[in-house]
Amino acid sequence: MSILVDKNSRVVVQGFTGKEGTFHSKQCLDYGTNIVAGVTPGKGGKIHLGKPVFDTVEEAVQKTGADVSLIFVPPSFVADAIMEAADAGIKVIVCITEGIPVKEAMIAKKFVQKKGSVLIGPNCPGIITPEEAKIGIMPGFVFKKGTIGLISKSGTLTYEMASQIVKAGLGISTAIGIGGDPIIGTTFIDLLKLFREDEETEAVVIIGEIGGDLEIQTADYIKKEFNKPVAAFIAGQTAPKGKRMGHAGAIIAGSKGTAKEKMDALKAAGVEVAESPALIGKTVRKILIK
Amino acid sequence: MNIHEYQAKKILSNYGVKTMKGIMAETPANALKAALTIGGHSWVVKAQVHTGGRGKAGGIKLVRNLEDLEQSVKNLLGTRLVTNQTGPDGKLIQKIYVEKTVKIKKEYYLGIVLDRAKEMPVLIASSEGGIEIEKVAAESPEKIITVAVDPLIGFRAYHARKLAFGLNLKAAEIKQFNKFARNMYKAYYENDCTLIEINPLVLTPDDHFIALDAKMVFDDNALFRHDDILEMRDFEEEEPTELEAGRYGLSYVKLDGDVGCMVNGAGLAMSTMDIIKHEGGEPANFLDVGGAASVETVSKGFQIILRDQNVKAIFVNIFGGIVRCDRIAKGILEASEKIEVKVPLIVRLDGTNALEAAGIINDAEVKNIITAEDLADGARKAVQAVRGDF
Repeated sequence: MSILVDKNSRVVVQGFTGKEGTFHSKQCLDYGTNIVAGVTPGKGGKIHLGKPVFDTVEEAVQKTGADVSLIFVPPSFVADAIMEAADAGIKVIVCITEGIPVKEAMIAKKFVQKKGSVLIGPNCPGIITPEEAKIGIMPGFVFKKGTIGLISKSGTLTYEMASQIVKAGLGISTAIGIGGDPIIGTTFIDLLKLFREDEETEAVVIIGEIGGDLEIQTADYIKKEFNKPVAAFIAGQTAPKGKRMGHAGAIIAGSKGTAKEKMDALKAAGVEVAESPALIGKTVRKILIK
Repeated sequence: MNIHEYQAKKILSNYGVKTMKGIMAETPANALKAALTIGGHSWVVKAQVHTGGRGKAGGIKLVRNLEDLEQSVKNLLGTRLVTNQTGPDGKLIQKIYVEKTVKIKKEYYLGIVLDRAKEMPVLIASSEGGIEIEKVAAESPEKIITVAVDPLIGFRAYHARKLAFGLNLKAAEIKQFNKFARNMYKAYYENDCTLIEINPLVLTPDDHFIALDAKMVFDDNALFRHDDILEMRDFEEEEPTELEAGRYGLSYVKLDGDVGCMVNGAGLAMSTMDIIKHEGGEPANFLDVGGAASVETVSKGFQIILRDQNVKAIFVNIFGGIVRCDRIAKGILEASEKIEVKVPLIVRLDGTNALEAAGIINDAEVKNIITAEDLADGARKAVQAVRGDF
């Protein structure tokens, strides 16, 4: 078991023949991900990386039974690509591209919800169920199979945290990078709901950061409804107010969105919060013993 | 991206949002000319800097004759305005906006902001105009009315009515207010804003609503389709080093400590700052070199970090994923030689080919380069290096 994706997932890559799309699709194929098709408008009928290329997602779904999409198209076309995937009946849409205008992100998300699909990202490393499917740009070898669910707003920090969990003798059931944009398709709470039902997942690690109040809402949800142990780390304890720290969403506005505010809320919800980013491995061991 | 008040008012007035007649000037002589063109017997002189709290800090002056106007402009231009939002260094005043005065019946607040929790734009109105909205929200939340606008239907008359009735406006005022709010939302939507703030929004004795101040912030990701707005970018308002870093695809923010940091990825970069603090040190900067971490980006990163005289050691923390660590190790050696990095360089490379990478760095036997095993080890060594323990 795992959440959202596994070895049976049939993946279509949108922006398959571009530079990024080609490079990362190859990495995913090498990992063993079941990529069944690619979409690049105007290149339908070609074969790329040994897989058929289609002009539309709809055709790819009809001909190959694809049910997961991985998106690498440029920012100005991303909202369109997301909505096309949802309209074609794709159930899980993973959007790697960064730099999407907020206006389109809002509308694309609403449309995806209406269609009953799940959007991961935009501006995220993707999703991985170790030894089954890597649908994203993360280094696959870092993630060993296990029972810890991992949800994170960032990229390389996710790899760091996964690596620490593995070094602590544990493994990952599914890891999801949800992205650091102001509007993201799937939040901590959406995924915690899935992890709650996943028998294989024993505990969950959430990696948040400054900005917004997603972690505060998450703390509230955990307190009320989540019954598995949770460990957390919030990046940006030393970040100054009013300065954007790389991610569009990582900015402390006024007194809102500070790391301390989020850490306090999570602690109050019974979450074991790691004070230092080097302690997540140990913290996860601790919650499993409890 | 931020713009100045005078630029925001120009955009807003194109959408039918009422503003007072005003002209921007960069010299006292031009300010005088502006006042004569505008006409009347009193004017407001407003410092144009990207910050709030200008009024309290003395950046906005009411003048009743041309001599006072000239003197006020002279006093402001070339000085640094320190407000409660700028930090102690303040902001250099290089532009002045001269504006016609207006008779005021009452002051309100009206803003539109992207609400991340609701995932839609929210209009915020208050009968408490002219003071910080955060203060009103904290002290008298009942005086704040909000309405979220679903982007699928856009701004509707009932949205405006909710605000207008909430503000207790009279029939004659409601019509004018609705028009103002509708035009303002149109400007927000069409220009890909993430914020428009009108504070104060003033009601005149003849029931007109006028934007007395205006702040606009744009979505950086949408600027590619707004050349007209990009042209308004005032580079003088931005931190020069951060600007330079941006041109090389690096994301840099200067901080006050002495441990320089070079990291790939924003989340890991923030965490690196955090762990330095956790180990008893103070980070000198946030620096995200991006996913690729090539010789070029690493070299530029070293240059930028070392421009800060406070930096006594640099902690390079790279988690190599798709990019192999052995390549990054070579890049770091090449860059540190090219840039002549003299301070201790603590290098932690983890991920793909990490062992080979450590071997390459150790074999190079560069005196000031120290390898670290993991995040904590690296931070500890960096803090020790700053204290002169290496």
